[in-house]
Amino acid sequence: MTTTHQPTTPFDMGGIGHSVRRKEDDRFIQGAGRYLDDIQLPGMLHMAILRSPIAHGRILSIDASEAEAMDGVVAVVTGEMLAAHDLAWMPTLSGDTQAVLATDKVRYQGQEVAAVIATDPYIARDAVSAIFVDYEELPAITSPQQALEEGAVLIRDEKEGQTDNVAYTWEAGDREATDEAFAKADLVVTLDTHYPRSHPAPLETCGVVADVDPATGEATIYLTSQAPHAHRTLFAIVAGLPEEKIRIISPDIGGGFGNKVPIYPGYVVATAASLLIGKPVKWVESRSENLISTGFARDFHMHGELALTADGKILGLRASILSDQGAFYADAQPTRFRAGLFHICTGSYDFGAAHVAAKGAFTNKAPGGVAYRCSFRVTEASYLIERLVQNAAYELGMDPAEFRMKNFIRPEQFPYLSPTGFVYDSGDYHTALRKAMEMIDYEGWRRRQREPHPEGKLIGIGIASFTEVVGAGNSRTYDIAGLKMIDSAELRIHPTGKAILKLGVKSQGQGHETTFAQIVAEELGIPFSDVKVQEGDTDNTPYGLGTYASRSTPVAGAATAVVARQIREKARRLAAHLLEASPDDLEWEPGRFFVKGVPDKGVTIQEIAFAAYTDFPEDMEAGLEGVHYYDPPNMTYPFGSYIVVVEVDPEDGTWKVLDMVAVDDCGVRINPMIVEGQITGGLTEGFAKANMQWITFDENGNCIGSNFLDYLVPTAWETPRFRLGETVTPSPHHPIGAKGVGESATVGSPAAYVNAVIDALWSKGVRNIDMPVLPHRVWGALNGVEVAP
Amino acid sequence: MYPPAFDYAVPRSLDEALDLLAEVGDEGRVLAGGQSLIPMMKLRLAAPAHLVDINEISELSYIREVNGHLAIGALTRHADVVRSEIVGAGCSTMASAAPWVADPLVRNRGTVCGSVAHCDPEGDWNSVMLALGAEVVARSRTGERVIPISDFVVDFFTNALEPGEMVTELRVPRDDERSGGCYLKLERKIGDYATVGVAAHLRLDERGRIGRAGLALTSVAPVNLEVEEAERMMAGQEPSEELFAEAAEIAARTCQPQSDVRGPAEYKRAVVRAYTRRALHQALATARGER
Ligand SMILES: Cc1cc2nc3c(=O)[nH]c(=O)nc-3n(C[C@H](O)[C@H](O)[C@H](O)COP(=O)(O)OP(=O)(O)OC[C@H]3O[C@@H](n4cnc5c(N)ncnc54)[C@H](O)[C@@H]3O)c2cc1C
Repeated sequence: MTTTHQPTTPFDMGGIGHSVRRKEDDRFIQGAGRYLDDIQLPGMLHMAILRSPIAHGRILSIDASEAEAMDGVVAVVTGEMLAAHDLAWMPTLSGDTQAVLATDKVRYQGQEVAAVIATDPYIARDAVSAIFVDYEELPAITSPQQALEEGAVLIRDEKEGQTDNVAYTWEAGDREATDEAFAKADLVVTLDTHYPRSHPAPLETCGVVADVDPATGEATIYLTSQAPHAHRTLFAIVAGLPEEKIRIISPDIGGGFGNKVPIYPGYVVATAASLLIGKPVKWVESRSENLISTGFARDFHMHGELALTADGKILGLRASILSDQGAFYADAQPTRFRAGLFHICTGSYDFGAAHVAAKGAFTNKAPGGVAYRCSFRVTEASYLIERLVQNAAYELGMDPAEFRMKNFIRPEQFPYLSPTGFVYDSGDYHTALRKAMEMIDYEGWRRRQREPHPEGKLIGIGIASFTEVVGAGNSRTYDIAGLKMIDSAELRIHPTGKAILKLGVKSQGQGHETTFAQIVAEELGIPFSDVKVQEGDTDNTPYGLGTYASRSTPVAGAATAVVARQIREKARRLAAHLLEASPDDLEWEPGRFFVKGVPDKGVTIQEIAFAAYTDFPEDMEAGLEGVHYYDPPNMTYPFGSYIVVVEVDPEDGTWKVLDMVAVDDCGVRINPMIVEGQITGGLTEGFAKANMQWITFDENGNCIGSNFLDYLVPTAWETPRFRLGETVTPSPHHPIGAKGVGESATVGSPAAYVNAVIDALWSKGVRNIDMPVLPHRVWGALNGVEVAP
Repeated sequence: MYPPAFDYAVPRSLDEALDLLAEVGDEGRVLAGGQSLIPMMKLRLAAPAHLVDINEISELSYIREVNGHLAIGALTRHADVVRSEIVGAGCSTMASAAPWVADPLVRNRGTVCGSVAHCDPEGDWNSVMLALGAEVVARSRTGERVIPISDFVVDFFTNALEPGEMVTELRVPRDDERSGGCYLKLERKIGDYATVGVAAHLRLDERGRIGRAGLALTSVAPVNLEVEEAERMMAGQEPSEELFAEAAEIAARTCQPQSDVRGPAEYKRAVVRAYTRRALHQALATARGER
């Protein structure tokens, strides 16, 4: 069911559907945002971290005497010192343990070995260079395949019961049913591909200012955190501090993209140092530290097989993945799902059977496995199925658009139970693809592709028709470290009719201060500009699991709508009192109750708010406020169809995007401008993955990609021009029909770009090029030359 | 990121700068645009004890036409070259290269002379200067010398300057009505150093044959590489598809690329071949006034 949402409120009120300007931008564009590194506290000390220069080695000795003797150095912290407080190791979000400061071995280049606390950040770094560590080097394991070889050196020798380098194994779906489907197949198409290691690389790196008051023992921890409440609880558990004495404040955040979900060693060391020294301690990562040590993403080696009938129907999917976890298994993901939500890999297609087997290996690389702008591995999953589908179409001699149309889940099949157990809430995949094809003139490009090119360039057209799964949880199925994936909203209407909305999620640039105020405007008719949105301070907001996996609108947005509706019901009773009418005789229009049939006889929400504190009935509690904890009945399933046209130069292997259209369906769009901003950013990041971006390692485990000369981030210059379209299929279970959109475009677009390049080269026999599709890889594929890396 | 401590001086005149440089000797470094030096200091790859910042010496910022060459002062930024009408009209090779150097932000600060002095084999300008046969003017408190670019570039990050000496000017031969050139660069994104760069410059004689050929490569050898064999081979010849293909073959054979994240050596050779051919065709078209 495709509709377009017409706003029901006037523009100035700014309810759902209005592209009002972002409220937060007033301070950001004036340079008046307050980020972590802007925080200065009296007596504040600075921390710098000494990191391992090698990928794998035993620590023989650490000599910090020269550093300790330097003017301005307050302390040098080592793993041994932390061990004395039982803080040398900490739990990860995936139930593993991770070294805070290495005590026994270093397990990746860039691992934290010691920390200097000094009176200024320059001295701290000078002193880091004056700490001398003796290592006995061990062989470095730089791929998961190598990690699983017979006789490979054991990376996690400290871990009880660990005898190999396997981090986890996991499976989903029905193996037998899948085998049966494959037995019936006329054709099986396979694909082996690597989704490379990448990094969210937010503009602002990670950091902390830990301020433990020696008199009261109260810890105020300013943190670049996407999930301040969850972090408070985890800090309580890790550091053994009483939770009521911990206050996490997440100030303005300059991008997170998953990087700011985990707790990093630097946070723990700074907090421990502040506790022991009794002064505030600041630690802010450099860019290189960010890229080499915190929060990598992806790194999935994937094998996929599709069972097909000769006439072009998919019967089943088999997928196996080998993930490169780095030295510690530290994925941020729901407890029950060891490979995240990768088993959504049946995508937008209707077939009976699927089986997914996953294994993760420890390697001598940084840990992380964060869901970079991704709902827990849905990015890798979507990439695999969309690549497979195109190759399947060609092997069958079909057009990939036609093949998709033939296999899509049909609109009347929703809610749709996927073979790996997801219940898709709503969708209309045919309409989205058809719209994208019209926008780009698909048939026209197919014609032009067949014409000879004057300069010998090759044209390719690639499609991705992705389905996403976002908005975790429900609480029955989804938790992180035991914390159920709910979220909450607290709304207070002031006597003058203005409001404050407090949330457990945390914006990192997504525009929460505007979007969530718009939901209140929609439900209560209070202009969005009169609604202050507060997030990030755990002492002043209700509990929540935080902002990632596109869950803020699906979960906290729903909580906001529900609490606003509860308040509206109280407002109705107040209005009845003021109008001397029965509540049932009142009718609502944006911002006002009036007596049915007598539109002149009414009261505004502002008048009602005033009455809630000045003139309320005797049998009614004063005030106009509420809190709601929302437990989503299901996830939401945004989708879309992207089409890319590229031109490949076979001589140097470069490719450029000639046109790209993106038709997204994220249900009801609250602020269409913000939604388009999210999509444009995601398409850019998807382009980065496909075109240029990865973190790689040499055979000794040295990280290549530790700065922005090696880890490439596209600028406006090379980013293609995108044309956006939409369809609107509301989520049937979400109070305002919204689905979440923060990640659709990073999830969906990489396959579209790569499919376009493969499409251009298909007739030359090219079936796969791993991302990033760098010019030398295209050239190698065309010339039959193995190119590594 | 935080560099180690250093002394810092900001002279107001060239003489003052030369005095300071003489005082600090080989402990000192000129700070021009800082677009190479400061990143190295922040990464603690370089730790000069003294910086002599020349940014206040406005007398060093100029592009002039003098006796058949263009004179480029030590404080002339890449962006000045991009915008310069004198370069646009007088040096097609530089004009073609300038927009490929770094990105707009870096071009606003980085200087041509700083880039030449830096001798980074991945830097673009030294290939252009080699193809053009430019000269470097070096001054110290005791005097001035003019060094041909091919002698100035000594090695990987090593130039021919003595302690106390600095580059004050570049002298670049001006195009006449029968010469032209260009710079082709393969990069992964804007602001990336070249995977491969090719500078080509041709001067035709009255009969349309090649009088002088200049050809130099970026990022495919320990220094910016002048392909002298190809230059000699083309001199005196009638320009043709075959001639350029042969020159491209020589360039591909002569270069010494390394396999790295920008691709295997074999690939880079293939790009050198393709871009040399394309660059020579483009240079010829410019020399003939066809573009
Ligand atoms: C993000 C980024 C991308 C870049 N991309 C490219 C690129 O694609 N191509 C490219 O060619 N370059 C690139 N560069 C380098 C840039 O062009 C630098 O500006 C240039 O290499 C050095 O010029 P500078 O004026 O900044 O010199 P500085 O950094 O100030 O100095 C560099 C070195 O030269 C010495 N020096 C400077 N001026 C003089 C002088 N007058 N006499 C004697 N010694 C001197 C300094 O002492 C120092 O050792 C890039 C730089 C950055 C930061």
